[in-house]
Amino acid sequence: MINNLNILLPEIFLSLSIFTFLMIGVFVKKSFNLIFNLTSLILILAIAMILNSPSYEEKIFLDSFTRDSFSNYFKILILISSLFVLNSSKNFITENKLDKFEYPIIILLSILGMFFMVSSNDLILFYLGLELQSLSLYILASIDRDNLRSSEAGIKYFVLSALSSGLLLYGCSLLYGFTGSTNFDLISNELDQENIGAVFAMVFILVGLAFKISAVPFHMWTPDVYEGAPTSITNYFAVVPKVAGLALLIKFMLIPFSNILLEWQTIIVFISIASMILGATAAIVQKNIKRLLAYSSISHIGYALAGVATGAISGYESAIVYISIYVIMNIGAFSCLYLLKKDGQYKENISELSGISKKHPLLAISFLIILFSLAGVPPLGGFFAKFYVFTAVLEQKMYSLAIIGLLTTVISAFYYLKIIKTIYFDDSVITFETVKNKTAQVSIFLSCSILLTFFLYPSILSNLVNSLFIS
Amino acid sequence: MIEIGLGHYLSLGAIIFFLGIIGIFLNRKNVIVILMSIELILLSVNINLISFSIFSGDIVGQIFTMLILTVAAAEAAIGLAIIVIYYRNKGSIRVEDIHGMKG
Repeated sequence: MINNLNILLPEIFLSLSIFTFLMIGVFVKKSFNLIFNLTSLILILAIAMILNSPSYEEKIFLDSFTRDSFSNYFKILILISSLFVLNSSKNFITENKLDKFEYPIIILLSILGMFFMVSSNDLILFYLGLELQSLSLYILASIDRDNLRSSEAGIKYFVLSALSSGLLLYGCSLLYGFTGSTNFDLISNELDQENIGAVFAMVFILVGLAFKISAVPFHMWTPDVYEGAPTSITNYFAVVPKVAGLALLIKFMLIPFSNILLEWQTIIVFISIASMILGATAAIVQKNIKRLLAYSSISHIGYALAGVATGAISGYESAIVYISIYVIMNIGAFSCLYLLKKDGQYKENISELSGISKKHPLLAISFLIILFSLAGVPPLGGFFAKFYVFTAVLEQKMYSLAIIGLLTTVISAFYYLKIIKTIYFDDSVITFETVKNKTAQVSIFLSCSILLTFFLYPSILSNLVNSLFIS
Repeated sequence: MIEIGLGHYLSLGAIIFFLGIIGIFLNRKNVIVILMSIELILLSVNINLISFSIFSGDIVGQIFTMLILTVAAAEAAIGLAIIVIYYRNKGSIRVEDIHGMKG
């Protein structure tokens, strides 16, 4: 029994700290700073706990919860990215009067949900984790409750996300009915291509998952929610739930649906191509930088899905490498937004970026590095991410997918370069204040230096990801 | 007399499920109706799970149903809270009025 609880240690630790923080929030006045700092501490301790745990595979509670190196990797990625997102956005939170003590607590709750998602080996646990995550995200999207746009983002996200959860749940019920079990391993044994009902269920589950990672054609909420929610929340939305969603998608391909890979693959190839094309073309006309990053995240998810669509271990590895580098780039890009302030207001329009190269050369050069990396220009990190994905796709002889992917890379390079042109060659419209925000600057520095030096040892990350699949 | 079997229950579930989905997409008036449609979808899933559970003699489906009922309650609570804060800011919850952001 005690051994079982050891396996759950990070989850138990997180939930107990959430209870404690709620108590602190009730009894201590103006406790935002205290709880915020404690949350950062908790995240660091949780990373240490996961690093300390053994990497062999263990299943507990009737095989419904797994702890292996795959889930550990994703948990650490989730923790590190939320640590950076939280800390770089602290100034933004306090200046925009979002400094309620619930803010970090709800973020912790959503992290707990994602932990259960990536560790689940059972439909029930998977569904409960997913709902814990999405219920927290509904609240986060509308956390700026006196702002019309934030509450509109919340309402849109709530309606569409609840619908997709419903579809996913219908799929789960059919899967349970046609295979007779909710356990992933047992489902995998029962499934084959003749089981039409289960193939039908798979489509529903895929729709729900595609919604959570905002892949086309289930992306309609993304631009609106990204624009309406406060920037600190958008930053969180753009990074952390995507990691968990992609982990789940890979897990579903690895265990329950491994026998009906062909059906599953065709749909993912379609979703991937559609996301790449829509993300590249719709972003061209955007004027708001958060909306642009929303479309950019859609197209990046398309590339990661291209890796997943191969249905081979090398493809999954490339998708995991892709999402890891995507996290680094997006943390850098959003941290830059925290430094664009004028008269106490954070600016979001692309045209207002013009001329920052003269007043803020360092900020301009970091924008340059991050945008080049997002566009996939060698030798930056983003290039290697795309390189791994396309190598894996070509290995499986899926030429049309690779060609469409390369073409959309060229199209999307256009709008990234357009921002760089605005920054460096247009006349300045407004001059931004010099913002003192140490944590955001540190995040930008780390993100840029990782992206710049990634080409020296690209094998570090790929070897690490490689080791996840050897068990 | 027709013997009522698994197929009948599943068709009932499917009908309610599609009613829920149609309710979300055809409704142009009130956000509360969307909330009700979402509840319909979750209830249809419950019908499915319980009938599968009864007919296969496996208790797990019924446990799943209890958990879904809990989650549905939490979801409705959060949904209503978001609708309330939207109403405070905008003064209306008509679906046609929710279009502040486009593009």
